[in-house]
Amino acid sequence: MDNAPGFAFQILQSVFVVLAAPLVMGWVNQCRARLQNRSAPSLWLPYYTLAKLFHKDAVIARDASPLFRITPYILFGCMWLAAGIVPVLATGLPFAPAADVIALVGVFALARVFAALAAMDIGTSFGGLGARREMLIGFLAEPAMLMTMFTAAFISGSTQLTTIVDTLAHREFAIYPSLAFAALAFLMVLLAENARIPIDNPATHLELTMIHEAMILEYSARHLALIEWAVAIKLFAYMTIGFALFVPWGIAEAGNWAALPLAFAALAFKLAVAGAGLALIEAVLAKMRLLLAPEFLSTAFLLAVLGMLIHFLVSG
Amino acid sequence: MSLASQLVNLLAALLLLIAFAMLSQRRILTLIHLFAWQGAALAASTFIVAYSTGQDHLYFSAVLTVVLKVILIPWVLHRLIDSLNVKWDVETLINIPTTMLLGIGLAIFAFALAEPISQMADTLTRSTLGIALASVLLSFLMMIVRRKAVPQVIGFLAMENGLFLAATSATYGMPLVVELGVALDVLVGTFIFGIFFFHIREQFDSLDIRHMEKLKED
Repeated sequence: MDNAPGFAFQILQSVFVVLAAPLVMGWVNQCRARLQNRSAPSLWLPYYTLAKLFHKDAVIARDASPLFRITPYILFGCMWLAAGIVPVLATGLPFAPAADVIALVGVFALARVFAALAAMDIGTSFGGLGARREMLIGFLAEPAMLMTMFTAAFISGSTQLTTIVDTLAHREFAIYPSLAFAALAFLMVLLAENARIPIDNPATHLELTMIHEAMILEYSARHLALIEWAVAIKLFAYMTIGFALFVPWGIAEAGNWAALPLAFAALAFKLAVAGAGLALIEAVLAKMRLLLAPEFLSTAFLLAVLGMLIHFLVSG
Repeated sequence: MSLASQLVNLLAALLLLIAFAMLSQRRILTLIHLFAWQGAALAASTFIVAYSTGQDHLYFSAVLTVVLKVILIPWVLHRLIDSLNVKWDVETLINIPTTMLLGIGLAIFAFALAEPISQMADTLTRSTLGIALASVLLSFLMMIVRRKAVPQVIGFLAMENGLFLAATSATYGMPLVVELGVALDVLVGTFIFGIFFFHIREQFDSLDIRHMEKLKED
């Protein structure tokens, strides 16, 4: 195989993402607990939770169709694939040409559709309610996400994430107002898509305003574990997309083993800062009423469009 | 592109962002704060242009902007809404997401309109002309969609910010005499509007300008 180092990097990255994602979740939870003056849970708590869930016997509703059973695996697969495409540790990975940013958004959309279908499959009121809210958020967040990606794509002249990272990481330093707008829009989309405050509260069960939790109420044991894990990977993937678009420095190239320690260090630093920042946002903001969510996301869309327009204006 | 030019572009983008924020803002107090911030961004960008091009009179206009639009007018407006006791949230004629979409449309229109002009210009700040035009149009839109008198006046004052930026970006500012005259006009205008507010409220017990339509003879 002529691209053996590339594949080694790809496998390394994919395994690393899956194993490290719960750690990031634990870090965010720990930061948030500290900011709220609670005694912080262990950094490894998400792993214990996953292990506990995997050891339990699954309970499935009598009327559940096969769709309900396979959805956790699809969710996990989608998120894993997404994490394989995003340049987390290195650019130029063999999987990277498989999907550009548009297809990446498509992968997330596929996961969302299956999650919503499975939520409606059982026929409980909470499931249907959660699915409808999730689709509402999704259809508003997706255009904002795409516009954000397009801004970076216009600057670097490609929709391939790996090319974008290469271009942005190796350019001479310049202030891009358009990228600042896009970064703000991306942050808002990240909060909405990952069911964080102010759109959804990840820490509640059985509350009338919940979105994500309402969809997965019927899941238990290994299915629930897979979904929780997929959620952690999704957060990880979104954070690394953000790094790829806006702070791409320190990333290695596929096959370059010497640059790998630096790439790990840079990634760990960026994740630590981003996790703490996310916890800070969640600590200072209050959850929005659901009816205000369209306004929040249309603001994100507006920012992304403005970023793109200003790019044309300033460079033209 | 030089660093000064990049900074001016960044500040102009910030100014546009604040114009959009004002368009979407429901609270009157935040509206005044945003107006002050817009003035600050304008002053900073004028200062950078003055420093990098050596146009000395622009220093004066930057200082004038800080004194007038960041300190004095917001203070007058604060006093005004305190004494008028207006605590309501701003009412709009059309809902906010629609207003934002209209705003994007206006921004695209302004950018397209300014494109040929800025291509002919050779100033450091030529790419901000579109942004200046867009913020003028957005302030216009704000005056149209707001129902109450105070936000309309803030829209009017914000429009002046946009015009100022347009002047700086197209020709490195107007002559100092003109700028002084405009500044005085704006200040006096604010005071006159303030007196108007009291009269409107005395007449109709409200600052809703729809009542003005009743002045017509039937």
